[in-house]
Amino acid sequence: MVNKISDETIEYLSILAKLELTGEEKEQAKKDMGRMLDYIDKLNELDTTGVEPMSHVFPVENVFRDDVVINGDGSEDTLKNAPGQKDNMFVAPKTFD
Amino acid sequence: MWRQRHLTDGQEAGDEIMELLSLSAVELGRAIKEGRTTAVEAMETVLSKIEETERYLNCYITVDGASALERAREVQAQIEAGVLAGPLAGVPVAVKDNLCTKGMLTTCASRILGNFYPTYSAEAVTALEKAGAVLIGKTNMDEFAMGSTTETSAYGVTRNPHNREHVPGGSSGGSAAAVASGECFFALGSDTGGSVRQPASYCGVVGMKPTYGTVSRYGLVAYGSSLDQIGPLCKTVEDCAVILEAIATPDTKDSTQVARTDTDFTSALSEDVKGMRIGIPKAYLYGAANSGKTANRKKSEGNTDLKQEERGGDTRYMEQGDCESSSGEGLAWEVREAVLAAAQALRSQGALVEEFDMELVDYAIPAYYTIASAEASSNLERFDGIKYGFRAQAEGLHQMYKKTRSQGFGAEVKRRIMLGSFVLSSGYYDAYYLKALRVKAMIKKAFDRAFEKYDCIIGPAAPTTAPRLGESLADPIKMYLGDIYTISVNLAGLPAISVPCGTDGKGLPIGLQLIGDCYQEKKLLRAAYTYEQYKHQGETGSCKQEVK
Repeated sequence: MVNKISDETIEYLSILAKLELTGEEKEQAKKDMGRMLDYIDKLNELDTTGVEPMSHVFPVENVFRDDVVINGDGSEDTLKNAPGQKDNMFVAPKTFD
Repeated sequence: MWRQRHLTDGQEAGDEIMELLSLSAVELGRAIKEGRTTAVEAMETVLSKIEETERYLNCYITVDGASALERAREVQAQIEAGVLAGPLAGVPVAVKDNLCTKGMLTTCASRILGNFYPTYSAEAVTALEKAGAVLIGKTNMDEFAMGSTTETSAYGVTRNPHNREHVPGGSSGGSAAAVASGECFFALGSDTGGSVRQPASYCGVVGMKPTYGTVSRYGLVAYGSSLDQIGPLCKTVEDCAVILEAIATPDTKDSTQVARTDTDFTSALSEDVKGMRIGIPKAYLYGAANSGKTANRKKSEGNTDLKQEERGGDTRYMEQGDCESSSGEGLAWEVREAVLAAAQALRSQGALVEEFDMELVDYAIPAYYTIASAEASSNLERFDGIKYGFRAQAEGLHQMYKKTRSQGFGAEVKRRIMLGSFVLSSGYYDAYYLKALRVKAMIKKAFDRAFEKYDCIIGPAAPTTAPRLGESLADPIKMYLGDIYTISVNLAGLPAISVPCGTDGKGLPIGLQLIGDCYQEKKLLRAAYTYEQYKHQGETGSCKQEVK
């Protein structure tokens, strides 16, 4: 494996990805990611100098509509899916003391 | 039952032997319209079939039989009143579980959405309901559509109806297996890297991914937003055209939808490929490293002994060591033979078929997994345990986020989120993500050049037939390599269809993939329809001709 993923990288990515990996999962992730990056490095065989990165394959124009409410108040139904709700609001764990 | 009543009604002899479940969606719609059966009877028949085979196959995550029957009764009344007259009126449909269905559990085959009841339906689902199709339930899939086997589902694997020891493909494996087994008359899937076409190929049904932007993605739980398209899985090319026509409706709720006026796809259902220019990328058949060489190629008629020898055992692959590239490596010879036979069939119908050198075939998979993982890591940020779905108990907001996501997502999803986070992180963004987007531009150009010469490109949908259960997940890269023929289509936003073109020695189906230029679905449908009719005539004709 050419790409060696360090413990620090895995830690950093866990923070970005908001994932808490077990020791075993971390080792697996290092292995998996190293192998995938080795594979992805194949792209470096291609000279892409001067090629514009393409996010959309054809010119996409945004689909606009009038700024009018058409769906009514669905808050009650929406909140039914929430793990916690109170007074027509989502309940989240406390973020600061 | 339909069949008994049919007999007493004294209908045509040909119809008498036909079981209701063997009808295509369009045939069923016609039978309902003509009063030979009803929407209710069709639904009852499907539900009893589900009762019979679902315990072995596990095509569905949710089946709501009571609602389905109730809706079938309403639809039947509307058909009788002349309110509903379309070809899909009264036809039972299954929908992949990453398409939102109002009030019906929508899990994406993930634990994290194990209790999610959408407050609205996906636009494609709404379009089908307007057409009078009746929802049976939600089909199994790889978790968040990440996988090629339907084995990463949190709700158990789906089995291939042709051989239960094999996977149905994925990620729309539940939809494909449901169509193939008669547990529905047609289904919707989603295709980000082949997730409609590959399971269609493995299960012996028709599956299509339309041009990006053709079907509204509103209500489709996003995986790779720039690649995702909803598409039909069904029994015939005719069904495919009818379903696509029904779901390709304009929608202002998807900002990437393309306004199309050419969505009368059923007008393309004619047997006519005379003069159609069809190209087969050599790399699809012999590997990119081999595409220039002709000496190594086996002619379809030249290796009878080999066939005999190989038919007895497991599927073997083309000459080992012949090609170092991923595209040719792992192509089962039976798949290649079937695709070449299909090419010959199209040629016999007047198409101009030739092999050509397609560029960049081997770069599609690494580009795809970079882009798709990046988009997935971003799209799946929304699953945070606040607004819907599963929430883990933890002190403090950030701990809750982490625990919820760690317990809620499965291994493959976490793998892609981690990889996506990496390629988007500062310091690596240019080298990986932007690089992949540049390669994507080059791949698109390569297709543009190919379509200057050809009306459509054909090849296999997958390098092999369906693998055995449990064979694929141990080696992710090997699993990803199975997407070689389907993935570039998503990168380039093109339409493509998979149609059954034979079986291997074990009786497992093989799929022929036809790829078209953007907005050229009609050419694909015409070619696929012509091939299907030709093949059908060969199978049912009095002097059965072997397609060479």
